[in-house]
Amino acid sequence: MKGERPVTDNEGIIICREVHKWFGDFHAIRGISLTVKRGEVDVICGPSGSGKSTFIRTINRLEEHQRGQIIVDGIELTHDLKNIETIRREVGMVFQQFNLFPHLTVMQNVTLAPVWVLKMRKGQAQKRAMELLERVGIPEQAHKYPGQLSGGQQQRVVIARALAMAPKIMLFDEPTSALDPEMIKEVLDVMKELARSGMTMIVVTHEMGFAREVADRIIFFDFGQLIEENTPEEFFHNPTHERTKLFLSQILQ
Amino acid sequence: MEKRKVVSSHAIPFWRDIRVLRVVSQIVFLVAIAAGIWWLLNNLQTNLRNSGLSITFRFLGDTAGFPISEGLTYDPTNVNVYAFLVGVVNTIRVAVIGIVLATIIGTLVGISRLSSNWLVRRLAALYVETVRNIPLLVQLFFWYFAVMLTALPLVKDSISLPGSIYLSRRGLYLPSLVPTASFSVWLWFLLGGLALAIVVYVLRRAQLKRADRPGIPIGWAAIALVLVAVAGWFIVSGNPLSIDLPVLKRFNFEGGLWLSTPFASLVLGLAMYTGAFIAEIVRAGILAVSKGQTEAAKALGLRKALVLRLVVMPQALRVIIPPLASQYLNLTKNSSLAILIGYYDLLNVGTTIFNQTGRAVEMILLIMGSYLTMSLFMSLLMNLYNRRIKLVER
Amino acid sequence: MADERRTLHEVKGVLPPPSERIPVLRWLKQNLFRSWFNAILTVVAAAVILVVVYGLLRWALTEARWEVIPTNLRLLLVGTYPLEQMWRVWATIYLVVFLFGFSSGLRGGLIRRVSAGVAAVPIVLTVLPLPWGTRGWILGTAAAVAVGLGLGYLGKGNRWSKRLETAGWLLSFPISILLLNGVGGFLPVVEGRNKWGFMLNLLGAVVGIGLSLPVGVLLALGRRSKLPAIRLVCTAYIELIRGVPLISLLFMASIMLQLLLPANIRPDLVIRAMMTITAFSAAYMAENVRGGLQAIPKGQYEAAYAVGLKGMLTTVLIILPQALRAVIPAIVGQFIALFKDTTLFGFIAILELLNISRSILGNLEWRGRIFELYVFIGVVFWILCYTMSYVSRRIEKTLGVGER
Repeated sequence: MKGERPVTDNEGIIICREVHKWFGDFHAIRGISLTVKRGEVDVICGPSGSGKSTFIRTINRLEEHQRGQIIVDGIELTHDLKNIETIRREVGMVFQQFNLFPHLTVMQNVTLAPVWVLKMRKGQAQKRAMELLERVGIPEQAHKYPGQLSGGQQQRVVIARALAMAPKIMLFDEPTSALDPEMIKEVLDVMKELARSGMTMIVVTHEMGFAREVADRIIFFDFGQLIEENTPEEFFHNPTHERTKLFLSQILQ
Repeated sequence: MEKRKVVSSHAIPFWRDIRVLRVVSQIVFLVAIAAGIWWLLNNLQTNLRNSGLSITFRFLGDTAGFPISEGLTYDPTNVNVYAFLVGVVNTIRVAVIGIVLATIIGTLVGISRLSSNWLVRRLAALYVETVRNIPLLVQLFFWYFAVMLTALPLVKDSISLPGSIYLSRRGLYLPSLVPTASFSVWLWFLLGGLALAIVVYVLRRAQLKRADRPGIPIGWAAIALVLVAVAGWFIVSGNPLSIDLPVLKRFNFEGGLWLSTPFASLVLGLAMYTGAFIAEIVRAGILAVSKGQTEAAKALGLRKALVLRLVVMPQALRVIIPPLASQYLNLTKNSSLAILIGYYDLLNVGTTIFNQTGRAVEMILLIMGSYLTMSLFMSLLMNLYNRRIKLVER
Repeated sequence: MADERRTLHEVKGVLPPPSERIPVLRWLKQNLFRSWFNAILTVVAAAVILVVVYGLLRWALTEARWEVIPTNLRLLLVGTYPLEQMWRVWATIYLVVFLFGFSSGLRGGLIRRVSAGVAAVPIVLTVLPLPWGTRGWILGTAAAVAVGLGLGYLGKGNRWSKRLETAGWLLSFPISILLLNGVGGFLPVVEGRNKWGFMLNLLGAVVGIGLSLPVGVLLALGRRSKLPAIRLVCTAYIELIRGVPLISLLFMASIMLQLLLPANIRPDLVIRAMMTITAFSAAYMAENVRGGLQAIPKGQYEAAYAVGLKGMLTTVLIILPQALRAVIPAIVGQFIALFKDTTLFGFIAILELLNISRSILGNLEWRGRIFELYVFIGVVFWILCYTMSYVSRRIEKTLGVGER
């Protein structure tokens, strides 16, 4: 429930101004301007190819934006190596394809970055990892390899791995799209708990139930542009643009 | 939305700017490599100056002065560059025949490995496992020194086979065909026959297309060519080709076609060795076509032969061709072992020229250059073929 | 037995499968005589086998004079290595098999089975008609394996064992070279040029693979680099080396290398051969590793970057372990090919196994024994190469099982 989350201050932790990106000749992101407040939970939806994944990947520099500004926690995302590395440490990401490291155990996956990037001591990192694994509900899998876990369990490890870096922002790129239906709920539950604990989250997803429950805002993308954004109630009941209405009619039965 | 003033281009210190780092690291790398090469070349220059030599290719015009026992018509008074050419042609001879033979052996053995007959399967596997795990040089030595030189008789005691074929330690002598005076006239008949064959092919193909049936009328074209050739033979005065029989003179045979023992050992050894690898490639290629393909084809009612020809082989070929090409390349490169069994391939001739003239750098460049050219040429052919048969995907 | 059957029937509908033993006649019919064509094939094949095997056996047992092998065995295997220094060769062998036993005691599984085979070989070899002193040394090999095995087993679970193991293997490399070659002052130097026989083939292959692996990895990474200059240089090197035969590179090493170096640096012939084979093998290794690198999904890179790992760390911790694991079969294949290629050293007058056998044949006493010698050499290579490819196939299978 929305009232329970602590909202700290009003400054935008992510500020995007007129962000453009081209893939060769293809104009993938066309002038997106967006401000995300600390502790806010935004859901981005839209038809496939509308640029939603590309957009959130520009925030942690997995894609490079060619025009416009992106400012994360007061640091601008430019060609400056130091800025990029700082931002990547503060932003965690959960992928559609999991991308766990198959040659390492679950525990090693989660402790890798804290040990090598944050220079944490191994014992401390492992303690932290166990706490996180408990938080996502799978402490008993700590010494198994990713190949031995189910899809839902793997995705929860991914969340734990991202949380191990103590990020200020979590990005989710269609986290449940590759899961079998019976495993979607367990991952969404973890994400809901994360939202309620005050994490700033941007989630690209089609799971509208999740959006209705915990999102502060739903943002609709189409053809690389931000078409509409509103609170969930307003978005579902009073969509303003034609394209929004078309999209909603296609996904809601 | 607050309008916060953010300076969009801080001067990014250059040691942290990604773009700068990319360029600088490349420059450093290139400089290091260039420095290394410069050092080597400098040494080369010094050493050459000290021994009074320089790098020129003029020696290629000098008289060779050494014999080459087989290949194009050559005698020691020819120039070096021609001698080298003879060597190159010899390499190509071995490579082409070796490749053809290896492909035949490899395909047969590869298919045998998938046979339903247990004995045939085991024999093929035994062949592959034996040949692949013994070094090629050992096999070549075995064929040349052990088999050919010991088992075969001396020239004066040659085994003679019907049709004027003589087998001895020096090699195989066969009757050869030699063009006569009327050959040039007959050549016109051949060209005419070829033209007629093409016409027949095109016409018949169009005819089939109109009837909407598949087919490649090579048989028709071939018949046309043969008819014209035979007709030409009789029309022309005298015989366009005459037979040259090998005749035993005092120490050796003269006339006819000579396949030397080094040549035969080289071809045999290379074909058997490379054939084993090709067999594995063919086997892997056929197995790579998923079982579902064969099942679907059978479900449509196609007989086994058609399934193989229309569904399995085209797909298998896509998997087979790239590694097959690299085996062909290996065979060509391995032909250089000829030097160790006395066959005059390009490496052998090249090193002989070096021994005569002392021109190390130039000969190395020539030798490596020749092999590189052949490699590049084969890779090019293979890429072209690959592109043509690529599966069209989204 | 009765209990099992009862349990089976309790699970509804599950019945035991029909008996799988096929009577011999039915097997023959299915596999050898299924059709007319097959029957003919079988008969022809069987006939060929009988003729060949009979001929071979008859030759091997009656006409062949096998004494040429044991008489020259030392020459073939270690060349003209001075007799009084032979203990250094044995020491090297002991070191290697000891480490092998240690590793297998520590890990178990496939390696243990192979080391059992390794220990069995010397025991079998003592049966051969060799001087008793040599037999003593051979048995010592089996002892070394056993000692290593025991220590490894005892050290299982100890934190330091794995580190000792890695250190041991890494150090064995330079230690063996120093032992065999000698260091001025401590051990008298043994000239590499003419003296090492089969040992040279083995050493050449090991040095070649050991050095060409890191160089090949660097080349593969360079070839995939986004920086065009590095990519160009690495690609050029790989394609140039792969386009020419090894023997031409050896020729270049023996003739031209001297011209490229200042007059006061004159590397030994054997060292030049080793460097050449390393440079040659590195190009092929690079292509193998590149295949492994290409198989790694882009998501792995992205996940590493997203978690904050920088380029170098990502490569070393995430990408390379996966890539190398995927191409172990190819790497072993490359090792086998390298081992076979060491026979080419004879071209530049290095007396390795094949070349030494040719000089033995030059000796009047052994002039006709071509078949025996080459059969022996063929068998030696075959045993080693086949074992290596067998181990590689087993490793492939084990690695595949590691997944879910």
